[in-house]
Amino acid sequence: MLIGTNPFFRWSYVTDNWSQIQADLVQHIELSVIAVAIGTAISIPLAVLAWRYRLVRAPVFGIASTLYIIPSLALFAILGPITGFVASYPTAEIALVGYTLLIMIWNTVAGLDAVPEDARDAATGLGYTPTAALIRVDLPLALPFIFAGLRVATATVIGLVTVTALIGLGGLGQQITYGFNIGYNTPIIVGLVLSIALAAVADLLLVGAQRLAVPWSRTRRPREVAGV
Amino acid sequence: MSFFAHVFGWFTTSSNWWGPQGILLLFWHQLTLSAVVVVGAVVLGGGLGLFLGHTGRGGLVAVNAANAFRAVPTLALLTLLAIQPAISLKWNGFLAAWIALTALAIPPILTNTYVGMREVDADVRDAAKGMGLTGGQSLRTVEAPLAVPFVMAGVRTASIEVVATSTLAAYVSYTDLGTFVISGLNENNSVLAFSGALLVAAMAGLVALVLTVLTRVLTPRPLRRRRAVRANDLALPQPVGGTQPL
Repeated sequence: MLIGTNPFFRWSYVTDNWSQIQADLVQHIELSVIAVAIGTAISIPLAVLAWRYRLVRAPVFGIASTLYIIPSLALFAILGPITGFVASYPTAEIALVGYTLLIMIWNTVAGLDAVPEDARDAATGLGYTPTAALIRVDLPLALPFIFAGLRVATATVIGLVTVTALIGLGGLGQQITYGFNIGYNTPIIVGLVLSIALAAVADLLLVGAQRLAVPWSRTRRPREVAGV
Repeated sequence: MSFFAHVFGWFTTSSNWWGPQGILLLFWHQLTLSAVVVVGAVVLGGGLGLFLGHTGRGGLVAVNAANAFRAVPTLALLTLLAIQPAISLKWNGFLAAWIALTALAIPPILTNTYVGMREVDADVRDAAKGMGLTGGQSLRTVEAPLAVPFVMAGVRTASIEVVATSTLAAYVSYTDLGTFVISGLNENNSVLAFSGALLVAAMAGLVALVLTVLTRVLTPRPLRRRRAVRANDLALPQPVGGTQPL
Protein backbone atom coordinates (compact mmCIF):
# COMPACT_ATOMS: atom_id res chain seq x y z
CA MET A 1 0.00 0.00 0.00
CA LEU A 2 1.06 3.56 -0.50
CA ILE A 3 0.12 5.02 2.80
CA GLY A 4 2.66 6.98 4.77
CA THR A 5 3.14 10.36 3.22
CA ASN A 6 0.06 11.94 1.72
CA PRO A 7 0.94 14.06 -1.32
CA PHE A 8 -1.80 16.06 -3.01
CA PHE A 9 -1.76 13.67 -5.93
CA ARG A 10 0.37 10.66 -6.82
CA TRP A 11 0.31 9.34 -10.36
CA SER A 12 1.63 5.93 -9.38
CA TYR A 13 -1.65 5.28 -7.56
CA VAL A 14 -3.51 5.71 -10.83
CA THR A 15 -1.20 3.46 -12.84
CA ASP A 16 -1.03 0.81 -10.08
CA ASN A 17 -4.79 0.68 -9.58
CA TRP A 18 -5.92 1.32 -13.13
CA SER A 19 -8.02 -1.85 -13.44
CA GLN A 20 -9.95 -1.05 -10.26
CA ILE A 21 -10.48 2.57 -11.34
CA GLN A 22 -11.67 1.34 -14.71
CA ALA A 23 -14.12 -1.08 -13.07
CA ASP A 24 -15.48 1.73 -10.86
CA LEU A 25 -15.85 4.00 -13.88
CA VAL A 26 -17.76 1.30 -15.76
CA GLN A 27 -20.06 0.73 -12.79
CA HIS A 28 -20.63 4.49 -12.52
CA ILE A 29 -21.60 4.66 -16.19
CA GLU A 30 -23.87 1.60 -15.86
CA LEU A 31 -25.71 2.97 -12.84
CA SER A 32 -26.14 6.37 -14.49
CA VAL A 33 -27.25 5.15 -17.91
CA ILE A 34 -29.80 2.71 -16.47
CA ALA A 35 -31.24 5.39 -14.18
CA VAL A 36 -31.55 8.04 -16.90
CA ALA A 37 -32.95 5.55 -19.45
CA ILE A 38 -35.61 4.16 -17.11
CA GLY A 39 -36.35 7.63 -15.74
CA THR A 40 -36.94 8.99 -19.25
CA ALA A 41 -39.04 6.00 -20.26
CA ILE A 42 -41.31 6.55 -17.25
CA SER A 43 -41.32 10.36 -17.32
CA ILE A 44 -42.37 11.04 -20.88
CA PRO A 45 -45.66 9.07 -20.77
CA LEU A 46 -46.40 10.54 -17.33
CA ALA A 47 -45.65 14.02 -18.61
CA VAL A 48 -47.96 13.51 -21.59
CA LEU A 49 -50.74 12.37 -19.25
CA ALA A 50 -50.12 15.29 -16.90
CA TRP A 51 -50.19 17.68 -19.86
CA ARG A 52 -53.38 16.23 -21.38
CA TYR A 53 -55.38 15.70 -18.22
CA ARG A 54 -55.38 18.42 -15.56
CA LEU A 55 -56.59 15.86 -13.01
CA VAL A 56 -53.41 13.81 -13.38
CA ARG A 57 -51.12 16.80 -13.13
CA ALA A 58 -51.37 17.41 -9.37
CA PRO A 59 -50.72 13.83 -8.21
CA VAL A 60 -47.90 13.28 -10.72
CA PHE A 61 -46.08 16.46 -9.68
CA GLY A 62 -46.89 15.81 -6.01
CA ILE A 63 -45.32 12.36 -5.99
CA ALA A 64 -42.35 13.39 -8.12
CA SER A 65 -41.54 16.43 -5.98
CA THR A 66 -41.88 14.44 -2.77
CA LEU A 67 -39.38 11.90 -4.09
CA TYR A 68 -37.16 14.74 -5.19
CA ILE A 69 -36.76 16.36 -1.78
CA ILE A 70 -35.99 13.14 0.10
CA PRO A 71 -32.21 13.13 0.61
CA SER A 72 -30.54 10.40 -1.44
CA LEU A 73 -28.89 8.60 1.46
CA ALA A 74 -32.24 8.46 3.26
CA LEU A 75 -33.98 7.13 0.17
CA PHE A 76 -31.39 4.35 -0.15
CA ALA A 77 -31.87 3.43 3.50
CA ILE A 78 -35.66 3.51 3.20
CA LEU A 79 -35.67 1.38 0.05
CA GLY A 80 -33.14 -1.15 1.39
CA PRO A 81 -35.52 -3.03 3.69
CA ILE A 82 -38.33 -2.72 1.14
CA THR A 83 -36.45 -4.20 -1.82
CA GLY A 84 -34.83 -6.64 0.59
CA PHE A 85 -31.24 -5.88 -0.27
CA VAL A 86 -29.36 -2.80 0.81
CA ALA A 87 -26.34 -3.04 -1.47
CA SER A 88 -28.10 -3.83 -4.69
CA TYR A 89 -28.73 -2.34 -8.09
CA PRO A 90 -32.52 -2.28 -7.54
CA THR A 91 -32.17 -0.19 -4.38
CA ALA A 92 -29.80 2.27 -6.03
CA GLU A 93 -31.68 2.43 -9.31
CA ILE A 94 -35.14 2.97 -7.81
CA ALA A 95 -33.80 5.95 -5.88
CA LEU A 96 -31.81 7.35 -8.81
CA VAL A 97 -34.77 6.98 -11.16
CA GLY A 98 -36.88 8.77 -8.54
CA TYR A 99 -34.65 11.83 -8.80
CA THR A 100 -34.86 12.00 -12.58
CA LEU A 101 -38.68 11.96 -12.59
CA LEU A 102 -39.35 15.50 -11.43
CA ILE A 103 -36.70 17.02 -13.69
CA MET A 104 -37.84 15.09 -16.77
CA ILE A 105 -41.58 15.47 -16.20
CA TRP A 106 -41.25 19.18 -15.40
CA ASN A 107 -39.27 19.91 -18.55
CA THR A 108 -41.39 17.71 -20.81
CA VAL A 109 -44.63 19.34 -19.64
CA ALA A 110 -43.06 22.78 -20.07
CA GLY A 111 -41.98 21.78 -23.58
CA LEU A 112 -45.45 20.53 -24.52
CA ASP A 113 -47.01 23.68 -23.06
CA ALA A 114 -44.70 25.76 -25.24
CA VAL A 115 -45.80 24.15 -28.53
CA PRO A 116 -47.23 27.01 -30.62
CA GLU A 117 -51.00 26.91 -31.07
CA ASP A 118 -50.50 27.44 -34.82
CA ALA A 119 -48.52 24.22 -35.14
CA ARG A 120 -51.28 22.32 -33.39
CA ASP A 121 -53.96 23.94 -35.58
CA ALA A 122 -51.97 23.03 -38.67
CA ALA A 123 -51.77 19.41 -37.50
CA THR A 124 -55.53 19.33 -36.97
CA GLY A 125 -56.05 20.93 -40.37
CA LEU A 126 -53.92 18.24 -41.98
CA GLY A 127 -56.25 15.66 -40.47
CA TYR A 128 -53.94 14.32 -37.77
CA THR A 129 -55.62 12.37 -34.98
CA PRO A 130 -54.68 13.66 -31.50
CA THR A 131 -52.29 10.73 -31.02
CA ALA A 132 -50.64 11.26 -34.38
CA ALA A 133 -50.32 14.96 -33.64
CA LEU A 134 -48.75 14.15 -30.30
CA ILE A 135 -46.14 11.88 -31.85
CA ARG A 136 -45.43 13.86 -35.03
CA VAL A 137 -45.93 17.45 -33.89
CA ASP A 138 -46.13 18.06 -30.15
CA LEU A 139 -43.35 15.79 -28.89
CA PRO A 140 -40.85 16.73 -31.62
CA LEU A 141 -41.46 20.43 -30.92
CA ALA A 142 -40.96 19.79 -27.21
CA LEU A 143 -37.62 18.09 -27.82
CA PRO A 144 -35.42 21.10 -26.93
CA PHE A 145 -37.03 21.14 -23.46
CA ILE A 146 -36.82 17.36 -23.14
CA PHE A 147 -33.12 17.47 -23.99
CA ALA A 148 -32.57 20.28 -21.50
CA GLY A 149 -34.20 18.07 -18.87
CA LEU A 150 -32.07 15.11 -19.91
CA ARG A 151 -28.92 17.17 -19.46
CA VAL A 152 -29.89 18.29 -15.96
CA ALA A 153 -31.07 14.79 -15.00
CA THR A 154 -27.88 13.18 -16.29
CA ALA A 155 -25.63 15.61 -14.41
CA THR A 156 -27.68 15.09 -11.24
CA VAL A 157 -27.57 11.31 -11.48
CA ILE A 158 -23.83 11.19 -12.17
CA GLY A 159 -23.29 13.22 -9.01
CA LEU A 160 -25.68 11.13 -6.92
CA VAL A 161 -24.16 7.80 -7.95
CA THR A 162 -21.12 8.63 -5.79
CA VAL A 163 -23.40 8.54 -2.74
CA THR A 164 -24.34 4.92 -3.46
CA ALA A 165 -20.84 4.08 -2.24
CA LEU A 166 -22.29 4.37 1.25
CA ILE A 167 -24.57 1.42 0.51
CA GLY A 168 -21.77 -0.61 -1.04
CA LEU A 169 -22.06 0.30 -4.73
CA GLY A 170 -20.88 3.69 -5.79
CA GLY A 171 -18.90 3.49 -9.01
CA LEU A 172 -16.33 6.25 -8.62
CA GLY A 173 -17.74 6.90 -5.17
CA GLN A 174 -15.82 3.81 -4.08
CA GLN A 175 -12.59 5.64 -4.81
CA ILE A 176 -13.82 8.46 -2.62
CA THR A 177 -14.77 6.32 0.38
CA TYR A 178 -11.58 4.25 -0.03
CA GLY A 179 -9.44 7.42 0.03
CA PHE A 180 -11.30 8.68 3.08
CA ASN A 181 -10.98 5.39 4.95
CA ILE A 182 -7.21 5.23 4.49
CA GLY A 183 -6.76 9.03 4.79
CA TYR A 184 -5.20 9.36 1.36
CA ASN A 185 -5.92 12.23 -1.08
CA THR A 186 -5.23 10.62 -4.43
CA PRO A 187 -8.21 8.20 -4.69
CA ILE A 188 -10.61 10.98 -3.65
CA ILE A 189 -9.22 13.29 -6.32
CA VAL A 190 -9.41 10.48 -8.88
CA GLY A 191 -13.09 9.97 -8.01
CA LEU A 192 -13.80 13.69 -8.04
CA VAL A 193 -12.04 14.46 -11.33
CA LEU A 194 -13.38 11.42 -13.18
CA SER A 195 -16.96 12.04 -12.13
CA ILE A 196 -16.74 15.67 -13.26
CA ALA A 197 -15.17 14.49 -16.52
CA LEU A 198 -17.91 11.89 -16.94
CA ALA A 199 -20.58 14.56 -16.43
CA ALA A 200 -18.87 16.82 -18.98
CA VAL A 201 -18.58 14.06 -21.60
CA ALA A 202 -22.19 12.99 -21.04
CA ASP A 203 -23.32 16.59 -21.49
CA LEU A 204 -21.36 16.94 -24.74
CA LEU A 205 -22.87 13.70 -26.04
CA LEU A 206 -26.36 14.94 -25.21
CA VAL A 207 -25.71 18.25 -26.95
CA GLY A 208 -24.52 16.29 -29.97
CA ALA A 209 -27.58 14.06 -29.87
CA GLN A 210 -29.80 17.11 -29.67
CA ARG A 211 -28.16 18.63 -32.74
CA LEU A 212 -28.98 15.45 -34.63
CA ALA A 213 -32.50 15.07 -33.25
CA VAL A 214 -33.56 18.71 -33.42
CA PRO A 215 -31.73 20.14 -36.41
CA TRP A 216 -34.12 23.09 -36.65
CA SER A 217 -33.21 24.59 -33.31
CA ARG A 218 -29.81 25.66 -32.13
CA THR A 219 -28.85 24.22 -28.76
CA ARG A 220 -29.20 26.64 -25.92
CA ARG A 221 -27.48 26.40 -22.61
CA PRO A 222 -29.90 24.98 -20.07
CA ARG A 223 -31.10 27.80 -17.85
CA GLU A 224 -31.16 26.80 -14.27
CA VAL A 225 -32.81 29.77 -12.69
CA ALA A 226 -34.24 28.03 -9.69
CA GLY A 227 -31.52 25.46 -9.85
CA VAL A 228 -31.69 21.76 -9.32
CA MET B 1 -44.54 -6.80 9.52
CA SER B 2 -42.14 -7.30 12.39
CA PHE B 3 -39.67 -4.95 10.70
CA PHE B 4 -42.07 -2.04 10.92
CA ALA B 5 -42.96 -3.06 14.45
CA HIS B 6 -39.27 -2.69 15.30
CA VAL B 7 -39.19 0.73 13.63
CA PHE B 8 -42.25 1.74 15.61
CA GLY B 9 -40.56 0.43 18.73
CA TRP B 10 -37.47 2.52 17.97
CA PHE B 11 -39.50 5.69 17.66
CA THR B 12 -41.42 5.04 20.85
CA THR B 13 -38.31 4.39 22.94
CA SER B 14 -37.77 7.57 24.92
CA SER B 15 -34.00 7.08 25.23
CA ASN B 16 -33.79 7.46 21.45
CA TRP B 17 -35.19 10.98 21.77
CA TRP B 18 -33.20 12.43 24.65
CA GLY B 19 -29.54 12.37 25.59
CA PRO B 20 -26.26 12.95 23.75
CA GLN B 21 -27.17 10.71 20.81
CA GLY B 22 -30.89 11.47 20.88
CA ILE B 23 -33.07 12.57 18.01
CA LEU B 24 -33.68 16.04 19.45
CA LEU B 25 -30.02 16.93 19.87
CA LEU B 26 -29.03 15.52 16.49
CA PHE B 27 -31.91 17.36 14.86
CA TRP B 28 -30.58 20.55 16.47
CA HIS B 29 -27.07 19.78 15.15
CA GLN B 30 -28.36 19.36 11.62
CA LEU B 31 -30.45 22.51 11.85
CA THR B 32 -27.59 24.66 13.17
CA LEU B 33 -25.10 23.35 10.61
CA SER B 34 -27.54 23.98 7.77
CA ALA B 35 -28.51 27.41 9.06
CA VAL B 36 -24.90 28.55 9.48
CA VAL B 37 -24.09 27.32 5.96
CA VAL B 38 -27.08 28.99 4.33
CA VAL B 39 -26.63 32.31 6.15
CA GLY B 40 -22.96 32.39 5.13
CA ALA B 41 -23.80 31.49 1.56
CA VAL B 42 -26.46 34.22 1.41
CA VAL B 43 -23.91 36.79 2.58
CA LEU B 44 -21.22 35.61 0.15
CA GLY B 45 -23.21 34.47 -2.88
CA GLY B 46 -26.06 36.92 -2.45
CA GLY B 47 -23.70 39.84 -1.84
CA LEU B 48 -21.63 38.99 -4.89
CA GLY B 49 -24.79 38.48 -6.97
CA LEU B 50 -26.21 41.85 -5.90
CA PHE B 51 -22.97 43.62 -6.68
CA LEU B 52 -22.46 41.95 -10.06
CA GLY B 53 -26.11 42.38 -10.97
CA HIS B 54 -26.06 46.05 -9.99
CA THR B 55 -22.93 46.89 -11.95
CA GLY B 56 -23.77 44.42 -14.72
CA ARG B 57 -20.11 43.57 -15.15
CA GLY B 58 -18.40 40.17 -15.00
CA GLY B 59 -21.61 38.52 -13.96
CA LEU B 60 -21.81 35.87 -16.64
CA VAL B 61 -18.31 34.69 -15.88
CA ALA B 62 -19.13 34.34 -12.19
CA VAL B 63 -22.43 32.59 -12.88
CA ASN B 64 -20.84 30.13 -15.27
CA ALA B 65 -18.00 29.42 -12.86
CA ALA B 66 -20.52 28.87 -10.06
CA ASN B 67 -22.54 26.49 -12.21
CA ALA B 68 -19.50 24.53 -13.29
CA PHE B 69 -18.72 24.10 -9.60
CA ARG B 70 -22.01 22.30 -9.16
CA ALA B 71 -20.66 19.22 -10.89
CA VAL B 72 -18.28 18.60 -7.98
CA PRO B 73 -19.64 15.66 -5.95
CA THR B 74 -20.09 16.91 -2.39
CA LEU B 75 -19.05 13.56 -0.92
CA ALA B 76 -15.62 13.99 -2.54
CA LEU B 77 -15.21 17.54 -1.26
CA LEU B 78 -16.37 16.57 2.21
CA THR B 79 -14.03 13.59 2.56
CA LEU B 80 -11.11 15.44 0.99
CA LEU B 81 -11.47 18.28 3.50
CA ALA B 82 -11.97 15.87 6.38
CA ILE B 83 -8.61 14.17 5.82
CA GLN B 84 -6.59 17.39 5.63
CA PRO B 85 -4.65 17.75 8.90
CA ALA B 86 -5.38 21.49 9.04
CA ILE B 87 -9.13 20.89 8.93
CA SER B 88 -9.55 17.19 9.68
CA LEU B 89 -12.21 16.62 12.26
CA LYS B 90 -12.02 20.06 13.82
CA TRP B 91 -15.11 20.91 15.85
CA ASN B 92 -16.24 17.30 15.42
CA GLY B 93 -16.34 17.56 11.65
CA PHE B 94 -18.29 20.82 11.63
CA LEU B 95 -15.56 22.76 9.82
CA ALA B 96 -15.17 20.29 6.95
CA ALA B 97 -18.94 20.05 6.59
CA TRP B 98 -19.32 23.83 6.73
CA ILE B 99 -16.85 24.47 3.91
CA ALA B 100 -18.09 21.64 1.68
CA LEU B 101 -21.74 22.58 2.10
CA THR B 102 -21.03 26.27 1.54
CA ALA B 103 -19.49 25.37 -1.81
CA LEU B 104 -22.76 23.59 -2.57
CA ALA B 105 -24.99 26.44 -1.40
CA ILE B 106 -23.33 29.39 -3.14
CA PRO B 107 -24.04 28.55 -6.82
CA PRO B 108 -27.86 28.56 -6.70
CA ILE B 109 -27.94 31.71 -4.55
CA LEU B 110 -25.39 33.59 -6.65
CA THR B 111 -27.02 32.60 -9.94
CA ASN B 112 -30.54 33.48 -8.87
CA THR B 113 -29.55 36.78 -7.28
CA TYR B 114 -27.65 37.81 -10.39
CA VAL B 115 -30.50 36.80 -12.70
CA GLY B 116 -33.01 38.55 -10.43
CA MET B 117 -31.01 41.77 -10.56
CA ARG B 118 -30.68 41.61 -14.33
CA GLU B 119 -34.42 41.00 -14.68
CA VAL B 120 -35.18 44.35 -13.06
CA ASP B 121 -36.75 46.47 -15.77
CA ALA B 122 -34.30 48.97 -17.25
CA ASP B 123 -37.05 51.62 -17.17
CA VAL B 124 -37.40 51.11 -13.42
CA ARG B 125 -33.67 51.61 -13.00
CA ASP B 126 -33.85 54.78 -15.10
CA ALA B 127 -36.80 56.04 -13.08
CA ALA B 128 -34.85 55.51 -9.86
CA LYS B 129 -31.96 57.46 -11.33
CA GLY B 130 -34.32 60.17 -12.57
CA MET B 131 -35.71 60.56 -9.06
CA GLY B 132 -32.21 61.35 -7.93
CA LEU B 133 -31.39 58.11 -6.14
CA THR B 134 -27.71 57.28 -5.87
CA GLY B 135 -26.47 53.88 -7.06
CA GLY B 136 -26.53 52.51 -3.51
CA GLN B 137 -30.01 53.87 -2.78
CA SER B 138 -31.37 52.45 -6.01
CA LEU B 139 -29.81 49.07 -5.17
CA ARG B 140 -31.26 49.03 -1.66
CA THR B 141 -34.72 50.50 -2.19
CA VAL B 142 -35.54 49.57 -5.78
CA GLU B 143 -33.49 46.82 -7.37
CA ALA B 144 -32.93 44.46 -4.42
CA PRO B 145 -36.63 44.32 -3.39
CA LEU B 146 -37.63 43.57 -6.98
CA ALA B 147 -35.09 40.75 -7.07
CA VAL B 148 -36.36 39.14 -3.86
CA PRO B 149 -38.52 36.44 -5.51
CA PHE B 150 -35.50 35.25 -7.47
CA VAL B 151 -33.12 35.46 -4.54
CA MET B 152 -35.52 33.47 -2.38
CA ALA B 153 -35.91 30.83 -5.09
CA GLY B 154 -32.14 30.41 -4.88
CA VAL B 155 -32.12 30.39 -1.08
CA ARG B 156 -34.85 27.77 -1.03
CA THR B 157 -33.06 25.51 -3.51
CA ALA B 158 -29.80 25.93 -1.61
CA SER B 159 -31.41 25.25 1.77
CA ILE B 160 -33.09 22.07 0.58
CA GLU B 161 -29.86 20.84 -0.95
CA VAL B 162 -27.86 21.74 2.14
CA VAL B 163 -30.23 20.02 4.56
CA ALA B 164 -30.28 16.94 2.34
CA THR B 165 -26.53 16.84 1.96
CA SER B 166 -25.75 17.61 5.60
CA THR B 167 -26.86 14.01 6.11
CA LEU B 168 -23.56 13.05 4.50
CA ALA B 169 -21.66 15.11 7.09
CA ALA B 170 -22.33 12.23 9.46
CA TYR B 171 -19.96 10.21 7.30
CA VAL B 172 -17.09 12.48 8.33
CA SER B 173 -18.02 12.25 12.01
CA TYR B 174 -20.26 15.29 12.44
CA THR B 175 -23.26 14.04 14.40
CA ASP B 176 -26.67 14.88 13.00
CA LEU B 177 -29.70 12.89 11.87
CA GLY B 178 -27.52 11.30 9.20
CA THR B 179 -25.62 9.60 12.01
CA PHE B 180 -28.51 7.19 12.53
CA VAL B 181 -28.48 6.29 8.85
CA ILE B 182 -24.70 5.91 8.59
CA SER B 183 -24.36 3.86 11.78
CA GLY B 184 -27.38 1.81 10.78
CA LEU B 185 -25.77 1.01 7.43
CA ASN B 186 -22.37 0.31 9.00
CA GLU B 187 -23.74 -1.95 11.72
CA ASN B 188 -26.17 -3.67 9.35
CA ASN B 189 -28.97 -2.41 11.56
CA SER B 190 -31.70 -1.75 9.04
CA VAL B 191 -34.18 -0.63 11.72
CA LEU B 192 -31.82 2.17 12.78
CA ALA B 193 -30.97 3.14 9.17
CA PHE B 194 -34.64 3.14 8.17
CA SER B 195 -35.78 5.15 11.19
CA GLY B 196 -33.01 7.68 10.69
CA ALA B 197 -33.90 7.96 7.03
CA LEU B 198 -37.51 8.71 7.92
CA LEU B 199 -36.33 11.49 10.22
CA VAL B 200 -34.05 12.93 7.55
CA ALA B 201 -36.84 12.84 4.98
CA ALA B 202 -39.24 14.49 7.41
CA MET B 203 -36.72 17.21 8.12
CA ALA B 204 -36.16 17.86 4.40
CA GLY B 205 -39.92 18.16 3.90
CA LEU B 206 -40.22 20.50 6.85
CA VAL B 207 -37.47 22.77 5.56
CA ALA B 208 -39.05 22.88 2.09
CA LEU B 209 -42.36 23.86 3.66
CA VAL B 210 -40.91 26.53 5.96
CA LEU B 211 -39.01 28.10 3.07
CA THR B 212 -42.07 28.20 0.86
CA VAL B 213 -43.84 30.16 3.59
CA LEU B 214 -40.79 32.34 4.23
CA THR B 215 -40.51 33.20 0.54
CA ARG B 216 -44.07 34.40 0.55
CA VAL B 217 -43.59 36.50 3.66
CA LEU B 218 -40.39 38.13 2.41
CA THR B 219 -41.72 38.93 -1.05
CA PRO B 220 -42.88 42.54 -1.30
CA ARG B 221 -46.68 42.54 -1.37
CA PRO B 222 -47.23 43.75 -4.95
CA LEU B 223 -44.96 41.00 -6.29
CA ARG B 224 -46.73 38.19 -4.45
CA ARG B 225 -49.25 37.35 -7.09
CA ARG B 226 -46.61 36.59 -9.64
CA ARG B 227 -44.83 34.40 -7.10
CA ALA B 228 -47.99 32.55 -6.20
CA VAL B 229 -48.16 31.15 -9.70
CA ARG B 230 -44.96 29.31 -9.04
CA ALA B 231 -45.58 28.70 -5.35
CA ASN B 232 -46.55 25.09 -5.86
CA ASP B 233 -43.00 24.13 -6.69
CA LEU B 234 -41.11 23.03 -3.64
CA ALA B 235 -37.68 22.32 -4.97
CA LEU B 236 -38.63 22.36 -8.57
CA PRO B 237 -36.07 23.04 -11.21
CA GLN B 238 -37.41 25.71 -13.51
CA PRO B 239 -38.14 24.44 -16.98
CA VAL B 240 -34.93 24.86 -18.85
CA GLY B 241 -34.03 25.41 -22.46
CA GLY B 242 -36.43 26.24 -25.25
CA THR B 243 -37.71 29.70 -25.77
CA GLN B 244 -39.41 30.34 -22.44
CA PRO B 245 -38.56 33.90 -21.33
CA LEU B 246 -37.92 32.57 -17.84
